[in-house]
Amino acid sequence: MIARLTDGVSRRALVLLGLALAAALVAPLFAGDYLLTVLILIFYFAYVGQAWNIMMGFAGQLSLGHALYVGLGAYTAAALYVHFGVGPWIGLLVAVPLAALAGAFIGFLAFRFRVGGVYFAILTIAVAEFARVGFDHLSWTAGSSGLFLPVKQYAHNDLWLLRGSPAMFYYVLLTATVLAFIGCRALLKSRIGYFWLAIREDEQAARAAGIDTFRYKMAAVVISAAMTSFAGVIYAFYYNNLFPEQVFHISRSIEIILGPIVGGVGTLFGPILGAFILTGLAETLTGAMAMLGIDLPGAKQVFYGICLLLVIMALPDGVWPWLARRIGLKERGE
Amino acid sequence: MLRVENLDVFYGDAQALDGVSLDIAQGAIVAIVGANGAGKTSLIRTIAGMHKPARGAVRYRGKDIAGWPSHKVCDLGIGQVAEGRQVFPSLSVAENLMMGAMLPRARASRARNLERAYALFPVLTERRQQAAGTLSGGEQQMLAIGRCLMGEPELVMFDEPSLGLAPAVVQSVLKAVRDLNRDGLTCVLVEQNVAVSLKLASHAYVLENGRVTLTGSGAALLGDDRVRQAYLGL
Repeated sequence: MIARLTDGVSRRALVLLGLALAAALVAPLFAGDYLLTVLILIFYFAYVGQAWNIMMGFAGQLSLGHALYVGLGAYTAAALYVHFGVGPWIGLLVAVPLAALAGAFIGFLAFRFRVGGVYFAILTIAVAEFARVGFDHLSWTAGSSGLFLPVKQYAHNDLWLLRGSPAMFYYVLLTATVLAFIGCRALLKSRIGYFWLAIREDEQAARAAGIDTFRYKMAAVVISAAMTSFAGVIYAFYYNNLFPEQVFHISRSIEIILGPIVGGVGTLFGPILGAFILTGLAETLTGAMAMLGIDLPGAKQVFYGICLLLVIMALPDGVWPWLARRIGLKERGE
Repeated sequence: MLRVENLDVFYGDAQALDGVSLDIAQGAIVAIVGANGAGKTSLIRTIAGMHKPARGAVRYRGKDIAGWPSHKVCDLGIGQVAEGRQVFPSLSVAENLMMGAMLPRARASRARNLERAYALFPVLTERRQQAAGTLSGGEQQMLAIGRCLMGEPELVMFDEPSLGLAPAVVQSVLKAVRDLNRDGLTCVLVEQNVAVSLKLASHAYVLENGRVTLTGSGAALLGDDRVRQAYLGL
């Protein structure tokens, strides 16, 4: 299994990967409180970006509504905790299937009735917006006034209930990112991964070659949705408050896809690298502006826009394929 | 082996096929000839399960498969080499070929079929690690044929295999079709190049505006005045 996953990866790449992982593991020891929150955000986006990338980067299906799955995961786990005292890891067992079901619903509507391309993207936005408006009026989750998780000072980290310090959340998200990375690599090297690439490259040809495109596109949406909802659960227990206007908003969906686009759609490192670049630089910008006493609301959005423009103009495949060539790592479809 | 009965196919309101019937015997090369828009590609796509007919039957070894999804049709042993060299451009030649062998029917004999595909088109062996998008037009067509053979088909429908290829390449692609047929593969050949395809074919159909207007042996159609006038410009 491990041999298969590392097959074709150079020793040099493995060493670099090991170093990066070691650095990530010890980072909380050296990072201050602020830097740690930035790192948490980075790994959050790296993980969700990886999940989104399964749909777009592997199977070629553009989702602009991934906030839906984050929101469903977050609200389900939070509501179960608030109302019934059910912990997040048990809540996952409800939240993940629910998000997968939502993904299956969108996928079925789209792929059964041949809704593709731009129209598929619009459908994903529409369902996320439905959810936003719906949760605004759902009294069980406190509607638009927001759902709050009880917060008090914790003497120690409770991993089982996800109550505790930012460092704990950091390690949870780091683990999730690493597992998502390994999982995506395994998927990409398996039969389903090849089917996805075939569908992405030329769906007609994939059908002509006898690939059940409906089934594998459905699989991409469902896996991606399920993975994304886990991030939602963490989100809920990290921020302790949920507002439909924030969680399901389309700008959340856009934020999710910026990382992989900047890093490299369809690559395994793209989402991670993109999260580091975008979140890292945006937070630096915010910090610098605060230090200089400049107050410019929306500066972050402008910055994201500029980043996107630069990448699309200079490196349309994303930063990672370019970087991989520069540091001498072979880059072929991964 | 394959019998099409009274097939009606629509794209929206436009009728692409109007009561088309044809018969394809095992081991034959059957040519389907017609002008652009006559319904040749619609016919192939409908047999392959990529389009649902409004009426009619597609019987393969006696079983009506009209409206079956394409992956199930493929797994019966009906392959197609679609128009326009549909290869997966960023995947390597070897990966493209493997993609053809993912059908349940073909998984076990993958290694043997791979050898056969490389033997049929030696140029693919040299290019096996190269991205398919970097191949020449003729090589891409060979790859598309090779990928189809990886699915271990009993019947292959070739849609315009010589379209846009240099004359010398056309010869080798059509020679491959003939060789495959000699090895027992049943072939349906849709070709712009009417003279060549009629020479190859044991039986042929002429499609006009979605209807079969003429049928007979390849040689007979080659000698038919209407065919000579309309398609050969003689």
